Amino acid sequence: MLKELRPAIVMMVLFTVLTGLAYPLAMTGLAQLAFPRQAKGSLIEKDGKVIGSELIGQNFEKPGYFHGRPSATTDVDPKDPTKTVPAPYNAANSGGSNAGPTSKALAERVQGDIEKLRAENPNAPIPIDLVTTSASGLDPDISPEAALFQVPRVARERGLPEQRLRELVANQTEGRFLGVIGEPRVNVLRLNMALDALVGR
Amino acid sequence: MTFNGWFQIALFSAAVVLLVKPFGGYMTRVFSGERTILSPVFGPVERLFYRLSGVDERRDQSWIGYAVSMLLFSLVGFVLLYVLQRFQALLPFNPAGQSAVEEGLAFNTAMSFDTNTNWQSYVPETTMSYLVQMAGFTVHNFVSAATGIALAVALIRGFARRSAKGIGNFWVDLTRCTLYVLLPVSVVVGLFFVWQGMPQNLSAYTEATTLEGAKQVIAQGPVASQEVIKMLGTNGGGFFNANSSHPFENPSAITNFVQMVLIFSIGAALTNVFGRMVGDQRQGWAVFAVMGMLFLGGVAIAYWAEAAGNPILAHLGAVGGNMEGKEVRFGIVNSALFATVTTDASCGAVNSMHDSFTPLGGLVPLFNIQLGEIIFGGVGSGLYGMLLFAIISVFVAGLMVGRTPEYLGKKIEAREVKMAMLAILILPLSILGFTAIATVVDAGLAGPANQGPHGFSEILYAYTSGTGNNGSAFAGISANTLFYNTTLALAMFIGRFLMVVPVIAIAGSLAAKKIVPASAGTFPTDGPLFAGLVVGVILIVGGLTFFPALALGPLVEHVAMGAGTLF
Repeated sequence: MLKELRPAIVMMVLFTVLTGLAYPLAMTGLAQLAFPRQAKGSLIEKDGKVIGSELIGQNFEKPGYFHGRPSATTDVDPKDPTKTVPAPYNAANSGGSNAGPTSKALAERVQGDIEKLRAENPNAPIPIDLVTTSASGLDPDISPEAALFQVPRVARERGLPEQRLRELVANQTEGRFLGVIGEPRVNVLRLNMALDALVGR
Repeated sequence: MTFNGWFQIALFSAAVVLLVKPFGGYMTRVFSGERTILSPVFGPVERLFYRLSGVDERRDQSWIGYAVSMLLFSLVGFVLLYVLQRFQALLPFNPAGQSAVEEGLAFNTAMSFDTNTNWQSYVPETTMSYLVQMAGFTVHNFVSAATGIALAVALIRGFARRSAKGIGNFWVDLTRCTLYVLLPVSVVVGLFFVWQGMPQNLSAYTEATTLEGAKQVIAQGPVASQEVIKMLGTNGGGFFNANSSHPFENPSAITNFVQMVLIFSIGAALTNVFGRMVGDQRQGWAVFAVMGMLFLGGVAIAYWAEAAGNPILAHLGAVGGNMEGKEVRFGIVNSALFATVTTDASCGAVNSMHDSFTPLGGLVPLFNIQLGEIIFGGVGSGLYGMLLFAIISVFVAGLMVGRTPEYLGKKIEAREVKMAMLAILILPLSILGFTAIATVVDAGLAGPANQGPHGFSEILYAYTSGTGNNGSAFAGISANTLFYNTTLALAMFIGRFLMVVPVIAIAGSLAAKKIVPASAGTFPTDGPLFAGLVVGVILIVGGLTFFPALALGPLVEHVAMGAGTLF
């Protein structure tokens, strides 16, 4: 048995050095050389300050911005560290609602969201992605329908014609890869940055 | 359901089929000890590994020797990973200042990665240092995968060899698999992932000031290097809590497509290795066909159910399929496809929250794991699991015509059938046994987040995933408790080691047998009749075993959802 134990220990140590240190560290070096922007997290800077990552959704609540999807992420309750409180788009604690299809809590939340959305745009059908939480809680995208749904509200708030905003959404819409793979989507952060640029602030 | 959706599924299937022959051919060379194109690079490393660890690479091991080596290696890995987590606060590469992982959680996590399960009772970005992710998890992603593949190759040798005492050398299979298969693919595809947006750094978490002026802390880390082997090795342990739904772990539909292909690549190609090593590639394709049929059946049901959506939300006025717990860039089809793929294989990575699937959509991943993850399967474990069913199938066929069953010229006798049944029965014993306990004790009932039948499904899924060494979850369940950490660790142990020891025993006893020449009475095992029979046996065994439990969970919930009942 002892004779058999030696290769077990030595092999484990060797593989730890090779695949646990040499490999990830070499990959880090190569990645930083070849693709520094992506390797650092695709961060977006404005006036020298990091305003976020283009891949990570952020929380938009002001009516003058396009909003992302509801997010189920949480954070530690500052008053009681054993509990959690809702903290949408917490990029240091990703996760979904895990609400099942027959969950009363889910149905009630969706109903509340739908009522709010109906009030701001009574004419259009409500896209499902705008009232459901994403898997990561950090979904950077919404569907083109969800962006167009919000155009009347944003146009009102920003004093812009709806037609210009619809064009903006169309410009910011990314199609499927090669027209086939994935789904059409609009990156909310980039859309809102383009919106700010449009109104010049 | 849309034409584009089906087209994406077809495209994925085509990519997997195209990989089978070239990758299978390459792996056959690797495991036959032949020179490969990478030998000039890794040959010296390989010989150094053998020399330092005192391994004689020409020595064949008996099945007992092979099993002992595998078990000892797993034991050492388990201890090392436990210690690493407990001491992470004192070690480097910990910019987020994570403190020592608590005992019960460290025990569960060490077992989880040691058994290729990658069940995660913890939130990685708030619990684990970069060092644990690299020198702990990434290492186990490599070696637990290589261990599974080695075991499958040992079983193949059992079929291929005649009157032989040995079934190969565990240390050689482990080393060659890691160096010539897993590592090179990881380097190439890992860099591709970075190019496509996956981070790869050792920096502290980034503090951003959002467009609205709020503070957002963005978790970082060496993501890509772990992500690629997590898929290729069907490990599935996420760098972040949201796993492959996190935009850093799966930035786009392209990375998603590649990740799904990676999950199936080795499992699918091993059917070809099997065919080549037993000297008839059609035998491999027959096994592949069985897997393919079961895969397509699963994905069709999951896609249909998720596209049909939740009638309760539709009634409230939301338009579209079920998007709760899904990401926009993947949509319905790539979420349903990923869920099917990750549970056909014993990967367990998720790009959507299975807990929020419709009842029938969630039933597909659950049932896939319960069938034993033999549909392409975990790297290695899928093939040996499927070969167990093949053994049972020829046995059943033999009973029907009253002949001694044979498979690939080997007489299948009482010992093989007993061992195969033992390995197959371990699964329901652990899944149903632990679920039954958890649904009656208070500590178990404290777990589920959802009420009603869905709460039961969460418990059932947890022990199914643990025993099946899958690692995905109906993640609402609060599993980071003493009760769940301990019982799930036990389930993972049972599901891995109590299954593989009978498998190695079969390999040993098959290798020792002579080859019986095929005669007019031999049941051909390379045709559609055999493939159909295996599919039937799998569905009947799985269905009969798990139908009662599934009726209490997803099936009753489906009826409740149709009636608009909320819990």
